Amino acid sequence: MSLDREQVRKIAHLARLQITDSEAAAYAESLSRILSLIEQMNAVDTNGVAPMAHPNDAGLRLRADAVTETNQREKFQAIAPAVQAGLYLVPKVIE
Amino acid sequence: MFDKTVAELSAALRRRQVSSVELTQLFLARINKYKNLNAFITLDPERSLAQAKAADARLAQGESTVITGVPLAQKDIFCADGWLTTCGSKILSNFVAPYDATLIEKFNKAGAVCLGKTNMDEFAMGSSNETSYYGAVKSPWNTEVVPGGSSGGSAAAVAARLAPAATGTDTGGSIRQPAALSNLTGLKPSYGRVSRYGMIAFASSLDQGGPMTRSAEDAALLLNVMAGFDVRDSTSVNEAVPDYTQTLNKDIKGLRIGLPQEYFSKGLSPDVAKAVEAAIAEYKKLGAQVVEVSLPNSQLAIPCYYVLAPAEASSNLSRFDGARYGYRAKDYTDLLDMYCKTRAEGFGAEVKRRIMIGTYALSAGYYDAYYLKAQQLRRLIAEDFKKAFESCDVIMGPTTPSTAFKIGEKSDDPVAMYLSDIYTISVNLAGLPGMSIPAGFDPKGLPIGLQLIGQYFDEARLLNVAHRYQQVTDWHKQMPKGFN
Repeated sequence: MSLDREQVRKIAHLARLQITDSEAAAYAESLSRILSLIEQMNAVDTNGVAPMAHPNDAGLRLRADAVTETNQREKFQAIAPAVQAGLYLVPKVIE
Repeated sequence: MFDKTVAELSAALRRRQVSSVELTQLFLARINKYKNLNAFITLDPERSLAQAKAADARLAQGESTVITGVPLAQKDIFCADGWLTTCGSKILSNFVAPYDATLIEKFNKAGAVCLGKTNMDEFAMGSSNETSYYGAVKSPWNTEVVPGGSSGGSAAAVAARLAPAATGTDTGGSIRQPAALSNLTGLKPSYGRVSRYGMIAFASSLDQGGPMTRSAEDAALLLNVMAGFDVRDSTSVNEAVPDYTQTLNKDIKGLRIGLPQEYFSKGLSPDVAKAVEAAIAEYKKLGAQVVEVSLPNSQLAIPCYYVLAPAEASSNLSRFDGARYGYRAKDYTDLLDMYCKTRAEGFGAEVKRRIMIGTYALSAGYYDAYYLKAQQLRRLIAEDFKKAFESCDVIMGPTTPSTAFKIGEKSDDPVAMYLSDIYTISVNLAGLPGMSIPAGFDPKGLPIGLQLIGQYFDEARLLNVAHRYQQVTDWHKQMPKGFN
């Protein structure tokens, strides 16, 4: 499987990465090489093998639905790019 | 004093032969003297010395632990309250962590001193430390070659005696490979053994933190602090933590060492093969026996990993959007533009490649062919190990196919770079503990690592087996020239 420039543009958009035309060409080449490495997987028949998502097959722990964190809004917002009145500022999304 | 191990420094501190402040000053001066290695991203001498002063007070009051007052270097992937925590990336170039990772909290409670945050491949994605936004790290063994990666700054710092020990993280070999290339003892614990809370995530089902030291004994001392259940990490495993120093000296007579034929086939450099065989011969002298085992799917570990790790990374790294913390692009027209520009400017090329591979593998129409297929292979790889451990207690082989390569040699060829982790990746996929210990040098004087792989939560045995070897060899004591 090899990717062309248009496919790379589409993937970059899904990943929220802006790329230039020349970058798209370079990524098409390097990503295609990585994909051909990945396709070595097809040499093995995995029919009927249960997928393993995680080394601990036992699954995840549950906890009580209780508040365990203290409010540290000021501390966390002190490192934000832009805040106002306790809110994070981003460009307007609703007209 | 700078060539002493953690165990020796601990004893000297306790006997009051040296103070923590003196040790901290000594290592900070060495870090400054050898800053051409580029091993550290952030230093904060005031903060380090304040910790050292507090440690000296604890030592005076007799309220110390074994590592109180010992200065350590922390990989810049661990959030440390008040410390710039960049993860090797531009996108976190202004991120002063507002909280401590569990691992950092544990070291603080034990009274260790943080000397600084070490350089690393961006988001731990690399095997050479060349993908760091803060520049490549040079190996103290030869400044033209790489120290390994992604924990390359930690490796160079400990090898050059700029710190007695350091922490690293290992997703596909990032503790063991730089340990092998830099002549260190590096341990990747079992998945779930060391808390991942506050450790910036790359691939959550593979990442584990661990020690990078100059002896197995030091690795045991550090793991004693790091290991344990943490309610804040949903994949932390609630298993008892033994005192890893207690079993270091156990006799290894009758130990069954499994040698996987696949780890000694084509692609392995003759120098590395020779050193590994010599190490096995040494183990036979110690009373171990050798059995042949097979890991038939190990060739597929790399393709499998380069689906799963990028898939998890593409999801984990979606949080870096310029909205709540970190770098934000200067000019943008709307919210989408802000995201796309921030991420384009904030991430380096290798990180972008992996985000895009992961995005592609998870996208509609390709999920089954890539992600599901890789998860099925992951099970086959884990079952290979299970079967191998029916006839042996530990598996041994090379950590890397060759010794350290030149800076720039593989940086334009991602696939060639990926292949340098061929012997380490399958251990992460299975979630097993793995270790690399020094086992000799090639004719160019570059270090060679022996890899030990254990069963789940059998870190104590790995440390025991490594320690016994280090009692009869002195490879681990060798020091690079020019760092006296």
